[in-house]
Amino acid sequence: MYAKGLRTLSIAAVAMLALALSMVFFYAPLDADQGFIQKIFYLHVPLAIVALVGFVVAGLFAIAHLRSGAARWDAYSYVSIHISVIFGAAVLVTGSIWAKGSWGHWWLWDEPTLVSFLIVFLLYCTYYPFRYAIEDRERQARYASVFAITAGAFVPLNFMAVRMAQSLVHPRTFATAEGGMPGEMMLTFLLCLAAMALLWATLVKFELTAKSASGQVRRLRRALSAPAPAPASRIAPEVD
Amino acid sequence: MPFPLPIAAPALPLDEAGKYVAAAYIVFVVLLVVYVAIMASKLQRIEREVRELADHAERRAAGAGESGGQAPPDAVASRGAGGG
Repeated sequence: MYAKGLRTLSIAAVAMLALALSMVFFYAPLDADQGFIQKIFYLHVPLAIVALVGFVVAGLFAIAHLRSGAARWDAYSYVSIHISVIFGAAVLVTGSIWAKGSWGHWWLWDEPTLVSFLIVFLLYCTYYPFRYAIEDRERQARYASVFAITAGAFVPLNFMAVRMAQSLVHPRTFATAEGGMPGEMMLTFLLCLAAMALLWATLVKFELTAKSASGQVRRLRRALSAPAPAPASRIAPEVD
Repeated sequence: MPFPLPIAAPALPLDEAGKYVAAAYIVFVVLLVVYVAIMASKLQRIEREVRELADHAERRAAGAGESGGQAPPDAVASRGAGGG
């Protein structure tokens, strides 16, 4: 059920990534201010946007889980957070590389954008031990959903707070006053954003398909009364 | 009249910036490859479990076939008595 359309989605994601990366290096003009190092933004910013939107989407799935009680929504929420945390790690590393090249520092603790993203990332890193601490699967899913909703609501609030902050050392991708990016840059950026969103969706679907396959194997094992191996994970929700 | 370009953060030369850009994109690719490798190991485990279950099901079917093919002793006895 989960694998339906996965191949098409994967091909679309790979094609879009290839097109977007080609445009980054062969079509988008060099930034007059930052030069070649600005090319990192075509990777770093879409990753950050998709990761943050992924956290919010996980909260929406969690709402669906609490409303319906269906375990699959918990699985969607878990997998969305899982992939977004991976994207978040990539955001932190690529951002640090850019900061080292541009500012001469890997990290600046007085820069609200950096610290707030780190807080969100660390908040979602606690999701795993939080789930792991609860033995009962049903309670685990319920509590994890409450966590996902609360943290998901925190993400846009945090984003707006940073936007309103006075410190503007960290560049703003969408400028507010002196115009935005030129057309070629904007087109390339939007394609990169679409490619990252497709990649996120593909990985979520891929992970759900793997979890579903594991669930089917467990069902088969129960039906055949075969001896069960040690469970692979106590954290991940079961998907049938 | 166009705005003057900001001079506070001059652009890095290409040979200097190139290594940072390459590092960022390599990190992204490495993360993707590590993720795919982890998923591949999970897929291998699922495949092994499916194979074990298939073996288990075949053994059960073979066991059921053997016990179904051999007639129970009382049935043989009653057949022998009726046929005489």
